[in-house]
Amino acid sequence: MAEINQGVRETVNSQATQAFYRTLSQCAISALTPIAAVLVALAFGAALLWLNGFDGSDVVTVMVLGSFQDTRSVGEILLKATPLILIGAGLCVAFRCSIWNIGAEGQLYVGAIAATLVGTSIDGLSVWVHAPLVMLVGALAGAAWAGIAGYLKVRFQASEIVTTIMLNYIALILTSYLVTGPMRDASAAYPQSARLVREAWTPRLVTDLRLHIGILVAVVLAVALYIFLRRSSRGFALRVVGLNPHAARYAGMNVARNVMIAICISGAMAGLAGAFEVAGVTRRLYQNISPGYGFEGIAVALLAGNNPLAAILSGGLFATLRSGSEVLQINSQVPQVLVLVIQGIVILSVVAFAKLRDILRIVA
Amino acid sequence: MDDIISLTFLATLVGAAWRLATPLIFASIGEVFSERAGVLNIGLEGTMLVGAFCGFAAASATGNIPLGLFAGVAGGMLFGLVFAFFTITIKADQIVVGAALNLLGMGLTAFLFRTYYVSTGKGIEIAQPVHIPWLRELPFLGEAFFRQNLIVYSTILVAILATLVLYRTSFGLTLRAVGEHPKAVDVAGRSVLGYRYAAVLVGTGLAGLGGAFLTLGHSNQFIEGITSGRGFIALAVVVFARWSPIGAFFVSLLFGLFYALQLMLQAQASIVVPYQVLQALPYIMTIITLVVFRGKGAAPSKLGQPYEMR
Repeated sequence: MAEINQGVRETVNSQATQAFYRTLSQCAISALTPIAAVLVALAFGAALLWLNGFDGSDVVTVMVLGSFQDTRSVGEILLKATPLILIGAGLCVAFRCSIWNIGAEGQLYVGAIAATLVGTSIDGLSVWVHAPLVMLVGALAGAAWAGIAGYLKVRFQASEIVTTIMLNYIALILTSYLVTGPMRDASAAYPQSARLVREAWTPRLVTDLRLHIGILVAVVLAVALYIFLRRSSRGFALRVVGLNPHAARYAGMNVARNVMIAICISGAMAGLAGAFEVAGVTRRLYQNISPGYGFEGIAVALLAGNNPLAAILSGGLFATLRSGSEVLQINSQVPQVLVLVIQGIVILSVVAFAKLRDILRIVA
Repeated sequence: MDDIISLTFLATLVGAAWRLATPLIFASIGEVFSERAGVLNIGLEGTMLVGAFCGFAAASATGNIPLGLFAGVAGGMLFGLVFAFFTITIKADQIVVGAALNLLGMGLTAFLFRTYYVSTGKGIEIAQPVHIPWLRELPFLGEAFFRQNLIVYSTILVAILATLVLYRTSFGLTLRAVGEHPKAVDVAGRSVLGYRYAAVLVGTGLAGLGGAFLTLGHSNQFIEGITSGRGFIALAVVVFARWSPIGAFFVSLLFGLFYALQLMLQAQASIVVPYQVLQALPYIMTIITLVVFRGKGAAPSKLGQPYEMR
């Protein structure tokens, strides 16, 4: 009897060990793919620099390592990572539901507009009320802006790819109208809104740095979205709709509602990012408040394999590259737009490596 | 206000509309080919930028406009080859690859422009209007239709040619079949992947031409993001036009009218509407057309799906 027990235990043990190693190797492969993709993109960037008469090694020494000089520069990286993580994690949810929301940039702007309205028009609230209110309103405005595209999709089958992009342009033009017209601070030479009242500002994390609590909010929300997608029944429904809407409908799921929820979540995250930009960084609304965070967020989500948890890392990586590209421009006059090329190549490499992995798996 | 309803104003408006529609006409007719074969290329914006930059670079080096146009087409097709390799050969998601190519097109052209041209600030000689004798003197019609440059006139030729190729040749028939019933094409012994490559190359070549028109026939400079969303608007034009080249021609003209109206009303001091409202007009109209003229039934049935060979 004891021997049989012993045998069973060994079999179970070895099965468990095998399963453990299998998971481990899968994890290793899924972690290696994005790393390889980034390396390919950096190599491409270096080649581009070298071909055009710049120093190719700058890509590694300046872009990747150059921005880790002191606490201040690390703080600046985290500051840039905040909108990227928020938008990237939000887009993971939309992309998992096969909703191609390309409009995070516009949703960010609308969030920033709403946050500015609440942050400039109300006075006398406590910081404990006003600062969170600004964030909430920004998120709601972003969700509503994305919701327009969601509604047009579920009601009229209008492609969200086209509508979200058009809404980007409209939001940018709206911002330009507001800061040159009704919301303009008349005393300023440059078109900008009035300053948000102090109670509306996002509290800083460290007194000497610009870094604010937004980075913590971003990480917490990314984890929450991960749990939502993986563990909740709503998250499950979103993923089923993304994989096969017909099957989802057959299983009694409300496809339209799931599409709306997914796109509104991604819009809310982008709107929150916009609120943090005005309430945490600039304190005022400008025409060019975002250097394209909304588009970069797409690359963040894709590099993360549409996993909100991984979006924390890929958001941090893209923030590092963006910071580095600024240093590169100042030090070596390399146009900062190099970072766009690297983002594009990262996406293409992720795609190529994913296919390569499939092929290898079939062969093995 | 009298100025707005006058005949001269209308004539100038229509003439400007056709000119401003030209890049859209090329890009949307190209995209009709691509989508008819089942390939949705949202990387059109980046492709047009590459065309605009290549055209500008070639023309500023040689001073030769036809060569510039040729370079624009070649640049667009080169970009299209990358798109085709990833979406058709590797069978990656067309939207993901398209989004990557938009970033790449924006980044590469801006990088090269800032490295080589931005400090020189030198413009190029653009294509001059060709006034057609006799006809140019016609009241209203002369100003509206017969004082354009050759690239603008060529849009009519491209629209007719595209229609003939798509509906009257065996190549066109097979291409459309590839978007509807790829398996049937495969069984008939023709290469689905080959036809899709051809369709994407036609599409991106025309998008490159549309981009090149912006620098060679419209403005005499390359500006970062000079396409300002025209690649995306072309996607909406294709839906509105129900995947027909002639339809794409006329829908593009309508959008050209929105652009022209925006530019000309901005110049009118008597207009009280903020200019941003007019600026937003083409984008708002794009959304409205998508909603009003939704035609899912007309879309190629395999649009967006890679073809797996058995």
